[in-house]
Amino acid sequence: MESIILFAPLAGALIAGFGWKLIGIRGAQWITTGLLFVACAFSWIVFLSHGSETETINILRWIESGTLSTDWSIRLDRLTSIMLIVVTTVSALVHLYSFGYMAHDENFREGEESYKPRFFAYLSFFTFSMLMLVTSDNLVQMFFGWEGVGVASYLLIGFYYRKPSANAAAIKAFVVNRVGDFGFALGIFALFFLVDSVKFDDIFAAAPELAETQLTFLWTSWNAAELIAFLLFIGAMGKSAQLILHTWLPDAMEGPTPVSALIHAATMVTAGVFLVCRMSPVMEFAPNATAFITFLGASTAFFAATVGLVQTDIKRVIAYSTCSQLGYMFVAAGVGVYSVAMFHLFTHAFFKAMLFLGAGSVIHGMHHEQDMRNYGGLKDKLPYTFWAMLIGTLAITGVGIPLTGWIGFAGFASKDAVIESAYVGTNGGYAFWMLVIAALFTSFYSWRLMFLTFWGKPRGDKHTHEHAHESPMTMLVPLGVLAVGAVFAGAIWYSSFFGKTNEVVKFFGGHYEEPSEELKAAVAERSPKASELHYIMEDPPGGAAIYIAPENTVLHEAHYVPTWVKLSPFIAMLIGLAVSYWFYIVNPALPKRLAESQRPLYLFLLNKWYFDELYDAIFVGPAKVLGRLLWKRGDGDVIDGSINGVAMGIVPFFTRLAGRAQSGYIFTYVFAMVIGIAVFITWMTLTGGAQ
Amino acid sequence: MDYLLSIVTFLPALAALILALLLRGDDAAANRNAKWVAMFATSATFVISLFILFQFDPSNTGFQMVEEGDWLLGLQYKMGVDGISVLFVMLTTFIMPLVIAASWDVSHRVKEYMIAFLVLETLMLGVFMALDLVLFYLFFEAGLIPMFLIIGIWGGKERIYASFKFFLYTFLGSVLMLVAMVAMFSDAGTTDIEQLLVHNFASESFSILGIQIIGGLQTMLFIAFFASFAVKMPMWPVHTWLPDAHVQAPTAGSVVLAAILLKMGGYGFLRFSLPMFPVGSDVMANFVFTLSVIAIIYTSLVALVQEDMKKLIAYSSVAHMGYVTMGIFAANQQGVDGAIFQMISHGFISGALFLCVGVIYDRMHTREIDAYGGLVNRMPAYALIFMLFTMANVGLPGTSGFVGEFLTLMGIFQVNTWVAAGAATGVILSAAYALWLYRRVVMGDLIKESLKTISDMTTREKAIFAPLVVMTIWMGVYPAPILDRIGPSVAALVETYDTDVAEAGHRDPVTQVAEADH
Repeated sequence: MESIILFAPLAGALIAGFGWKLIGIRGAQWITTGLLFVACAFSWIVFLSHGSETETINILRWIESGTLSTDWSIRLDRLTSIMLIVVTTVSALVHLYSFGYMAHDENFREGEESYKPRFFAYLSFFTFSMLMLVTSDNLVQMFFGWEGVGVASYLLIGFYYRKPSANAAAIKAFVVNRVGDFGFALGIFALFFLVDSVKFDDIFAAAPELAETQLTFLWTSWNAAELIAFLLFIGAMGKSAQLILHTWLPDAMEGPTPVSALIHAATMVTAGVFLVCRMSPVMEFAPNATAFITFLGASTAFFAATVGLVQTDIKRVIAYSTCSQLGYMFVAAGVGVYSVAMFHLFTHAFFKAMLFLGAGSVIHGMHHEQDMRNYGGLKDKLPYTFWAMLIGTLAITGVGIPLTGWIGFAGFASKDAVIESAYVGTNGGYAFWMLVIAALFTSFYSWRLMFLTFWGKPRGDKHTHEHAHESPMTMLVPLGVLAVGAVFAGAIWYSSFFGKTNEVVKFFGGHYEEPSEELKAAVAERSPKASELHYIMEDPPGGAAIYIAPENTVLHEAHYVPTWVKLSPFIAMLIGLAVSYWFYIVNPALPKRLAESQRPLYLFLLNKWYFDELYDAIFVGPAKVLGRLLWKRGDGDVIDGSINGVAMGIVPFFTRLAGRAQSGYIFTYVFAMVIGIAVFITWMTLTGGAQ
Repeated sequence: MDYLLSIVTFLPALAALILALLLRGDDAAANRNAKWVAMFATSATFVISLFILFQFDPSNTGFQMVEEGDWLLGLQYKMGVDGISVLFVMLTTFIMPLVIAASWDVSHRVKEYMIAFLVLETLMLGVFMALDLVLFYLFFEAGLIPMFLIIGIWGGKERIYASFKFFLYTFLGSVLMLVAMVAMFSDAGTTDIEQLLVHNFASESFSILGIQIIGGLQTMLFIAFFASFAVKMPMWPVHTWLPDAHVQAPTAGSVVLAAILLKMGGYGFLRFSLPMFPVGSDVMANFVFTLSVIAIIYTSLVALVQEDMKKLIAYSSVAHMGYVTMGIFAANQQGVDGAIFQMISHGFISGALFLCVGVIYDRMHTREIDAYGGLVNRMPAYALIFMLFTMANVGLPGTSGFVGEFLTLMGIFQVNTWVAAGAATGVILSAAYALWLYRRVVMGDLIKESLKTISDMTTREKAIFAPLVVMTIWMGVYPAPILDRIGPSVAALVETYDTDVAEAGHRDPVTQVAEADH
């Protein structure tokens, strides 16, 4: 069954991509979508029935060289099965949604160009790569999936191949991701060097030893666990668009909207979070690297939220929102609460995919207008889309009943869990405050999006507004299904991801035991409210899907944070909502005035903190200049110049000396060679032959 | 089949002889016959060479199917294959029929053209199978002549300059090798490669003119061979002949050059430098690493700004060969396995990329990148195939390009992390230049008037690409059969290398790993 989940999308991609002429465009669409729904159904069966034990299925040998041995294989444990349902569910719904969304596309000549099979083939190919990534039992196969999704992303961002901006964005996405892959690959090499294996089981078993090992890398010697965790995280930064390597994600919105929902919101960009959680046995032994993860995650959450405040393109707002939410997940993983990182990944997949698909529905209804300044008052024109977007907004801003923990929309449960964990993990430090501020901004820009789009008076092209229409059922059904997830996913799985330590450990396939007295005392001293530490994880690294070191009690303590901490995200959400309401409903002239009075700040945010300009100046420009310099000066003048100089000086001298031996270029040199051989042979014969 | 290797080697030459002696006239019929004879001969060679592959026993690390005989002037004729060479033989016989098929539209001096390629095939096969120093040298050097003619006669506008440069560079390197071979003969008293492989060349340091030579004779010999192989490879900074040669060569010539001729340098390192002069290799390893990393970064940057498609791909070849030299002199299982795999895989990928250029060059007669744009609109099949090989070129997992790159990097990481990190930046740069090329040629709207009538690939063209596509993906998804054949021979090579170096006491065990002090 696992193999079917894995290969059904690949089969769909190949059939649609190469066989659509035989089965027709409709056929290609139905086959890819049908196979995806099969994979989705099987994934849910696996998730609900398989339990939490780890199982490995070998498929085929792959790269084998000396002690290096990698197989194509499936590793099935709780982490995998969570990702399986996330990936296949969103993917199946996006396939269905694309029936409607891609029905007419002004970027292609209708009737002449069959872009639809290609689109569905790419979507299915992406899903296959993503599944390879999450089911891998070794780092190299994971790297295959990692780069495979990168290619699919490249192909889909550049799907509108006539648009220069789409092509540029596609290349940018691939190359920036490659920067991350550079770190990821070095991490794999380091692991192989130290552990002599790239299989997860071997790596996890060796994790405690890695923490005791020093590795010389570049200029100095590092703690092996720290170095490896850091290198792998560089890979995660690229894929999950964290600060420094985030610049590709907003540009990736050039792709069709279903792509943004599937790849750039729900699945691919969360691969980095998955990687960190998957490598939790190593991460637990790398306190400095995880501190860095926390720091960077928090900074990204804050940074992206600030930029999201002022964007006017509806998809870009959601893209920055994604970037910001990924920061939340990294903070959770960084402070060592991997289950909560996965929890937020899980709920985020539902509500963010829905927000994107909702935005797609608006864009579809508004004839591919994406600028929110030209929306307004669409509440009645697009009623179903409006309700879906509203649910998505309630979910992302974290609406729920405060202090219950779990009664609320999906984002309420998971986001509060992240913030509470961050408070404990950093002792109420930087990460905690950044996340609370980001929560305020999230609420502001999410509501701003809602108010600008659905409330107020219609703005922009009158004609477009008159013809605004609700989307077809193929697009609304996925919205409905995702809405269910966005409402209930948090409440249903709250205790599995963020319950008591024993519940979480059990859910992820581990065993729990009583903690030692010293540990209990330490916890009681650190946070008096959380003095009742009942259980800790018993398994060694690799024994369960995630690993929680015995002294890592953040999960436990996060339940006992002060009340003001528990209330802080809720209050932040209310403030964001209130300000947004004031800015865009009560006093719509205010934002403009504010932008003018705070012009430098406004431009700074609008231009995304000038990261693109900075990178152009530091990397892109100099690379081209350097390339030209090396080519013209290095190759041309220095190398060729000196060799030609020697040749032009000496060769004619000798040839003149040799008289008129040169009748043409060819024979001169053939002759020289023959003479060389003749001399050699003669000399050898004289000294006694070959033997 | 006692003479299997000789049959495979000389079958193309025999066909060339038949063409030269029996085919008369210069009309269409004669041209067609010449093509079909060449096609038949190269295909037959490939089919027969399959027997070599099937008879080859991977577990035997010595030379197999050895043929020995006397030759003129008391010289020895000796051929054989082992795990290191057998796949190069297969690569050559596999590529040649495709090359002939790709030349189907040649109209100028067809008979001579085919003869040149057939002779070239014999000489290339000879290089990979020769087990005698003199024989090897003959094949190695004589191969220059047909290639020189191919560029000089059927090349582009600047063909004379390019062929001159090609010949000059590659030939000058070989002179030193010839001297070294004489020295080897006088030291070991034999030209038999099998015996030279077990001969211990002196590695005691001595000094010339006050300069201390660490590794002594071995280092000297290493440098002399290096001069020849480095040019062939080509390594930075003696790579500049390659872009010119590629640009001027006809498509088929570029394919052979990139796919097979470039592999001779790497093969030479594996056959001579590493096993025969282990101490010399060890002494010089850091030097080679430095050149390799410079090659990877330097040529990738240069590729970024090229305006000529063939030049861009030529520079990318130099970068990829940087991984090969790096892997070879890492001298561990992953490094050497990866280097061989990379060479084989590069044979398919770069060959295919040059064919891709050829497809549109045949239509538009220009290689200027700026002359194209938006080809996907009229050439979807071409766009697909070009995409596949572009991705293979940047080392995408699932294509053969990944396995070699990954293994060489993995090998070098165990030896020197600086080199590994430097070389790994190549994966970023290669993505940049390859996708940038693809974008400018294939993507975008088709606005150039001259391209409005361009037609997609013909069935013949598709048929040429099909085997390359299959090999690239197969080697990327299931490389185990290939690595199984390389593995044992490489393991033996690495083992003797390690023992020799350890005996000579030059390699101080570098301890990169240490216990953390707690």
